[in-house]
Amino acid sequence: MDSSSPTSPALTWLRNAAVVTALAIIGGLAAWVWLQKPAPDQPPNVAIDVSGIVMRVNAAFEADWASKGIPAPTRADDLTILRRLSLALTGSIPSLEDIREVQAMQGDNVPERWLTRLLADRRTSDYLAERLARVYVGTENGPFLIYRRRRLVEWLSDSLLQNRPYDRIVRELIESKGVWTTNPAVNFITVTNESQKGPDEKKLAAKVSRAFLGVRIDCVECHDGKLGSPWKQSDFHQLAAYFGQTKFDFTGLRDDPKQHYQMRYLGETEPAVISAKVPWKPECMPDQGPPRSRLADWVTAKENKTFARTLVNRFWALLFNKPLIIPVDDLPLDGPFPPGMELLAEDFIAHDFNLHRLIRVITATRVFEASSVTDHPGAEAQWAAFPVTRLRPEQMAGSVIQAASLCSIGAEAPVIFRIKRDIDVRNFVKRYGDKGEDDFDNAGSTIPQRLLLMNGNMVTDHVKGNPLLSACTRIGMLSPDNRAAVESAYLAVFTRKPSAEESAHFEERLASAKSMSSRSIAMSDLYWTLMNATEFSWNH
Amino acid sequence: MIRGACTAGASWLTPLADILAVEAEKAPKGKPAKSLILLWLGGAASQLDTFDPHPTTKIGGGVKGIDTAIKGVQFAAGLEQTASVMGDATLIRSMVSKEGDHERAFYYLKTGHRTDPTLIHPSVGAVICHELPEARLEIPTHVSILPNQWPARGGYFGAQFDAFQMLDPIGSIPDVKARVSDERMQKRMESLGVVEKAFATGRLPNFDPQKTLHQLSIERARKMMTSEQLKAFDVSQATAAQRNAYGDTPFGRGCLAAVRLIQTGVRCVEVTLNGWDTHANNLEGQASQVRILDAALASLIRDLKRYHLLESTVVVCGGEFGRTPKINKLGGRDHWPTGFSMLVAGGGFAKGRVVGATDPEGVKKDPQSPVLVEDLHATILDLFGIDFSKELITPVGRPMALSKGEVVEELLARRSV
Repeated sequence: MDSSSPTSPALTWLRNAAVVTALAIIGGLAAWVWLQKPAPDQPPNVAIDVSGIVMRVNAAFEADWASKGIPAPTRADDLTILRRLSLALTGSIPSLEDIREVQAMQGDNVPERWLTRLLADRRTSDYLAERLARVYVGTENGPFLIYRRRRLVEWLSDSLLQNRPYDRIVRELIESKGVWTTNPAVNFITVTNESQKGPDEKKLAAKVSRAFLGVRIDCVECHDGKLGSPWKQSDFHQLAAYFGQTKFDFTGLRDDPKQHYQMRYLGETEPAVISAKVPWKPECMPDQGPPRSRLADWVTAKENKTFARTLVNRFWALLFNKPLIIPVDDLPLDGPFPPGMELLAEDFIAHDFNLHRLIRVITATRVFEASSVTDHPGAEAQWAAFPVTRLRPEQMAGSVIQAASLCSIGAEAPVIFRIKRDIDVRNFVKRYGDKGEDDFDNAGSTIPQRLLLMNGNMVTDHVKGNPLLSACTRIGMLSPDNRAAVESAYLAVFTRKPSAEESAHFEERLASAKSMSSRSIAMSDLYWTLMNATEFSWNH
Repeated sequence: MIRGACTAGASWLTPLADILAVEAEKAPKGKPAKSLILLWLGGAASQLDTFDPHPTTKIGGGVKGIDTAIKGVQFAAGLEQTASVMGDATLIRSMVSKEGDHERAFYYLKTGHRTDPTLIHPSVGAVICHELPEARLEIPTHVSILPNQWPARGGYFGAQFDAFQMLDPIGSIPDVKARVSDERMQKRMESLGVVEKAFATGRLPNFDPQKTLHQLSIERARKMMTSEQLKAFDVSQATAAQRNAYGDTPFGRGCLAAVRLIQTGVRCVEVTLNGWDTHANNLEGQASQVRILDAALASLIRDLKRYHLLESTVVVCGGEFGRTPKINKLGGRDHWPTGFSMLVAGGGFAKGRVVGATDPEGVKKDPQSPVLVEDLHATILDLFGIDFSKELITPVGRPMALSKGEVVEELLARRSV
């Protein structure tokens, strides 16, 4: 015992010091991790009163319709609105399970209550994140090693689910530093490193101006604007110069004050260092700070209203599948603006760029709730009828798969379904014609698309008789009678009940099927028919 | 006798193709063109490594020259077969574009118009299909084989004029076979009629033909599913010798399919060969694409001539722009929209002629006798007898001429030089 006594205080001290140090490190790390968590500034999932702004937006559209002699629209039924919400927010039609839940809801405001559910659903944030990522970084996997698209999409999805203010999301995309794996926003910049020469200032200027500001200033990259364009070549390159100090090294993305953006203007013989300068509202630009942070301040300034308008136009497009101003990324700086735009932008700014609130406002308007059925030739162009637009490839794939399952397929579904779904979606989307952009070109149906739906593997596999996996077979087996079977199939595929004529037609087809196998065939044909109809392939 | 001669080597021809073949042989010279084949060298072929080499100069970049059927005109080595058919073609060495970005340049080359945020212009093939409809055809009249990101579009004429897109034509068109019996398919279509009627209730009468095109596309798809003309798409039905003549590459098979489709009555086919964007290792990169191009392009011209279709078929081959005379540090050539080359043949284009010239030293940027992109378009439309200056009212309410260019008489057979 004695032999140890002379050293034990020292050992004890050392041991205690080690423990304290370890605890301090762990505690520090925990605090750091906790601090890194984005604080939800706005309650993400609480129904809020948006009736005031909705009334004002409605009034603006109503005045416009009256001035043009276009009759105001009738309201679509709740299930049609539910279908629109699900397609826009989750990328697929609602499941029969969802529909039954909605049908069980008592009282008013069913779409609004359903929207509250969807805004808290990971399917919504995942889908919207993917749509926004297409705008920010495209669909390609990009430069090897220094770009992780998946990480960016996950970060966007988390941000949307937590309802982080939009200006903070954009700020991070523009000014983030560090490594692309641990700091996902950095991928907005690393994706431009295609030539391995560092961030591409020109691509970043084009992306910032189009995606966040709704201005196609990149059209003057090579020369001053023509045909009445107000922009000069210098406007574009002075904007690009805010990324001139950005570089990659072993610490990831950082800014080097000694580095500058150089460019040879048209007509000049030598390249020159370009000073950073913004093309409008210089008063919103802070005097001090790193160039990218100053740019982020200017882009997201409340006084720089085009930032809010651009996002309003993008989310309007996501919800309607058609922008309020076409094209979606080319807005006039000073107007004129269509009805609703200024009111929505001002409300978005006044409520600190609250994305969930904006979705609530737009989807509560008379325009979003309008029926798409009209015999007035000018109604749809003036938003007096919900625009009928072709579903996007991934919405088609998601809807075929969802209609073929009675339960909701999404983030919480068994992994095997998600993997299967992803492979199916990938194959189908490629064939259906995905351009890799988040575009809204409003094209019509094509022959390859119809061949794919009529004869392709995906629809064939999902409508064939299978008592365990196929929704159409199960509906045929479990429904108490033919009428109920037809109704369930219509709800699962069209999100509506059949008309009397439709019901009678398919009931007769089912009644003439005398054996189990012929009934399965009749149900399969019913599903095939609905999936090949205009109504299924179009948002309405 | 006539029929035997014109269908030699094409025993698969369908009744419509037979009729067209006989018409083609009987057609008097000087009649407007009927069909268009566009061969796009996507990524931009280097004129200096294909149709306009300057082998002995500083900008030659190691390319070797070979003689062609046109006296005093050389091509890059590797284009021997194409060189031998130049007696039937014209070479433009002075194409001038205003776009140096791939997407914008392709738009310009395909439509003859520069991009405009307010509307999408139709591709030249869509214009021709719109102006010259062919009612007897059961398959699409506008086809894009191996398209890149920017296939030919109907633009403001509508998506029904978009090119039908297909990949390597080694097998049949995907999903073209019904998965159920005729009887069951018939029942499905009857049911579809009931469902479509419900959806159309209360909507505008032209909702489908002017908006969704859904039922129209189903109708066209079904007509195609049972058509004999489908055989034209499938080059696996051609002999091995025919396929080998074209090089038996995806692009070669695409060119063979293009000839078969034109024989069948298709109005416009585009075939794309990508891989020309050689910012690094230009010499090797261009040479490997030249090997693919040579057999396919030469065989296409030979076969059109053999089947008496060259007089009625316009062939255009080129990229969205050219490549720089200067070779960069990576041994590559960059984008060069002035003084690039395009090969044109058939349908009233001159034979054995060269138009324009570039500076052999690569110093002078502007070529001699420049041919503007819109002028090439005007010339093509003129060969089809289409009044290209005609103004149509676009959906945005703006009157728009089919082409703002002018006919380049120097390119035409009717003008002697």
